[in-house]
Amino acid sequence: MITYRKSHLEQLESEAIYVLREVAAQFERPVLLFSGGKDSISLVHLAQKAFWPGKFPFPLLHIDTGHNFPEAIQFRDWLARRVGCELIVRYVQDSIDRGRVVEETGAFASRNTLQTVTLLDALQELKVDAAIGGARRDEEKARAKERFFSHRDAFGQWDPKNQRPELWNLFNGRKNVGEHFRVFPLSNWTEMDVWQYIASEGIALPSLYFAHRRRVFRRGGMLMAETPFVTLLPGETPEERMVRFRTVGDATCTGAIESEATTVEEIIQETAALRITERGGRIDDQRSDAAMEDRKRQGYF
Amino acid sequence: MAAVRVSEAGKRAGGAAGALAEGARPQAAAAEGEWAEAPTDAVRLVAPSRTNDPYREMDLLRLSTAGSVDDGKSTLIGRLLYDTKSIFQDQLEAIEGASRRRGDDHLNLALLTDGLRAEREQNITIDVAYRYFATPKRKFIIADTPGHVQYTRNMVTGASTAELAIVLVDARKGVLTQSKRHGFISSLLGIPHIVVAVNKMDLVDYSEAVFERIAADYREFAEKLDVKDLVFIPISALKGDNVVERSARMPWYSGSTLLHYLETVSVGAERNLVDFRFPVQYVIRPHQDFRGFAGRVASGTVMAGEEVVVLPSGQRSRIRAIETPAGPLAEAVEGDSVVIRLEDELDVSRGDMIVRTMNLPTVGTRFEAIVCWLGVAPLDPSVSYVLQHTTRAVRAFVSRLHYRINVDTLHREPATTLGLNEIGRVEVTTSLPIFHDPFQQNRATGSFILVDPFTNVTVAAGMIRGEVRTAESVFGAAEATTSPDVVWEGWNIARERREARNGHKAGVLWLTGLSGAGKSTIARRLEERLFEAGCQTVLLDGDQLRHGLCGDLGFSAEDRRENIRRAGEVARLFFEQGALVVCTFVSPFREDRERVRALLPEGRFLEVYVSCALEECRRRDPKGLYARAARGEIPNFTGLDSPYEPPENPALVLETDRVSVEAAVTAILRLLEAAGLLRAR
Repeated sequence: MITYRKSHLEQLESEAIYVLREVAAQFERPVLLFSGGKDSISLVHLAQKAFWPGKFPFPLLHIDTGHNFPEAIQFRDWLARRVGCELIVRYVQDSIDRGRVVEETGAFASRNTLQTVTLLDALQELKVDAAIGGARRDEEKARAKERFFSHRDAFGQWDPKNQRPELWNLFNGRKNVGEHFRVFPLSNWTEMDVWQYIASEGIALPSLYFAHRRRVFRRGGMLMAETPFVTLLPGETPEERMVRFRTVGDATCTGAIESEATTVEEIIQETAALRITERGGRIDDQRSDAAMEDRKRQGYF
Repeated sequence: MAAVRVSEAGKRAGGAAGALAEGARPQAAAAEGEWAEAPTDAVRLVAPSRTNDPYREMDLLRLSTAGSVDDGKSTLIGRLLYDTKSIFQDQLEAIEGASRRRGDDHLNLALLTDGLRAEREQNITIDVAYRYFATPKRKFIIADTPGHVQYTRNMVTGASTAELAIVLVDARKGVLTQSKRHGFISSLLGIPHIVVAVNKMDLVDYSEAVFERIAADYREFAEKLDVKDLVFIPISALKGDNVVERSARMPWYSGSTLLHYLETVSVGAERNLVDFRFPVQYVIRPHQDFRGFAGRVASGTVMAGEEVVVLPSGQRSRIRAIETPAGPLAEAVEGDSVVIRLEDELDVSRGDMIVRTMNLPTVGTRFEAIVCWLGVAPLDPSVSYVLQHTTRAVRAFVSRLHYRINVDTLHREPATTLGLNEIGRVEVTTSLPIFHDPFQQNRATGSFILVDPFTNVTVAAGMIRGEVRTAESVFGAAEATTSPDVVWEGWNIARERREARNGHKAGVLWLTGLSGAGKSTIARRLEERLFEAGCQTVLLDGDQLRHGLCGDLGFSAEDRRENIRRAGEVARLFFEQGALVVCTFVSPFREDRERVRALLPEGRFLEVYVSCALEECRRRDPKGLYARAARGEIPNFTGLDSPYEPPENPALVLETDRVSVEAAVTAILRLLEAAGLLRAR
């Protein structure tokens, strides 16, 4: 039987594919910002579908803070090989060595904010005119107002009060030389939608997303992985627990949750019951109520 | 090797496609076993849920809300999120803390939705924000629009993707202007369902009489609008009455709660499943044997094997296959992002539209529309804007402004321009035909935006009413651009075919500058060179045209304008015949030149500024015109007593008091190559 009814996932998928094709049609040198997280992995999957049987016409760009979970990097390299696309990596360490940024110090030191400089330098170096990202509007208050096609000035900055109105599905990607766009095909997806899509499509993920045993310690109400990049404070004692990560980012600011969920279905069940937002596990957002907005204005992802 | 593996998958997926994929097949569509190898411990493979997929059961409703701070709109949305358990513990704790710091005596649900810093500081919502929540049956996307000075712009933006609008009315204040305005804009943007939520019932003692009076008032107003479904619900967002839970305090109300209504209202009933329209978005050509046209079905449905026609070329073919990575589809439906292959090798590119042979959209360059002005700079009838419609971008100007609509009274008012947040009825003229339907029948092919070519900002949103038909609107304007009895047939032989034969692209090269600057000298030499190179070329010279076609015109600003208009139209006729048209006209006014530009596709009008100091021109005076003008025999002589406006952004500047004729011609040839009109040699 032919049904004309469209489920929410089918509509979201079709919309994301439409946006990805608009990027390829309207821009000269797009890149897909690949973080190693489930959102950008889903984006790669959507890009494959959008341009199939051709290859998607843009490389992946990963800004590497150097503070990674090794699994995330292994996964990234495997995926790029599997998909057969170009992978460009730029390192925060290089920006530090060149004196472009100064590394934070102390127990809460993180390279997360330093990424912005490395990212903007890379976009300039590669003459990128559209950077596709996996950000979703449901993640954080400041992102609720983000456009699909988000204009950035010649300094890479976002002006939230002066955004172009975006109507129907007519995306205006016109810009002056030196300016670029951030494009967010998953704007209308929620965390739950992404998980359901992963289950429905069968998308491979880094093992970090599934419950596993790991040495963690408690800091500021969340569980942090013991890594060489984090200095322990007095009283912080790592112990092995069953955990999984809800987001995969820089290891110094990504919190784990205690979980027994070892399959996508179990994660979906758990996500439905969870009472903490996804980004609640990220120290970088907790710095102030407007932390995300400030970073976005400066050109953060 | 990926390619080998995938080619097998391609065969397996469907005989009709049989295509060799260049890229790896996305995972869900991959062949069994293809993903079996688990490369490292870091990678977790996920088996797709192929049958009875429980995650594909929910549907989606997009709605818009509008209202000011006082209406309690943020509180209502906060309530929906809170009562559907879409708020997380940490968000709740954050707003509990913030509520206490502000000295609110209750949990301030409005804080959940006021996103940006300035909003929190000034207590206003600045821009359209999107909110998400879901119940087991349905996912909801709310376009939350503020109700202050920027109201129209934001309401229009939020309404453009919505299927349902919640109009908030404060029970204490009754139906105010803003509630009417929201209803009007919702109906203008074709939203079929309007829910009037009469809020703050707790402050009017849950009075049935108050509710009924407001409903009656709004119904009376809504009779003037085109609303298919109008529903009234009495609520208290603050106390939670009738939002998610039924209220015990309003036993007289027997209808749905707001959430129940949102969950059960039929979605997609307004989709146009009749008129097949497929705007080509992108051409996928991984190798010689595969040419696919990627796009999203804007409306209607299409099946493999059906006969179709491609606009604007008018070439016919059949649908060979509708491709997806999971295998070919028998049918594609409105909203599907697919790849269409045709039986014949046709030259189809982005901006073209594939439709059924017996169900065509209107093809034309002039249409009537309602536009909402979104730009800070007002509508300027002399500017040639970029018009984006489906996947097509053309130059366009607003050729007539019929009237402005007062959004508060719905009265028509005379107007000479439209400012920010104003709505008007206009006639639009485009440089190239677009393929459109009335907005009321087809939201996707009836909507467009205008973009300022200088600032790149989106300045207007438009809804097409239909073609220009009436004698009044065609003849009324001083400069009608088509005669009422002429039916535009389209070109018999598409320009693209002529260009393919010529071996170069068509274009208009417009040389502007003072009399005596050297335009004609350069143009003649250039024409020689092009002709020798085997190009199809035409020289249009200002003097020639004035001897014949424009013999009735003088040199007033008005006549100069008409002279250039005719020259532009003639250039366009030659252009459509595939020629490189070299035009030499003093053409002193920027606006006139921009009008010519608007007649042609982007990148095909190249403005060359032939610049020379006035003193030098006067010295050269090849036709003795400066001498005559000096004697008073020629009034309004450009450069002397009539102004010359140099191009602001010419493709090329030739300073003829410094460069030779040969160098100038070479520079133009380089320009033609750089613009992609001539092949580089």
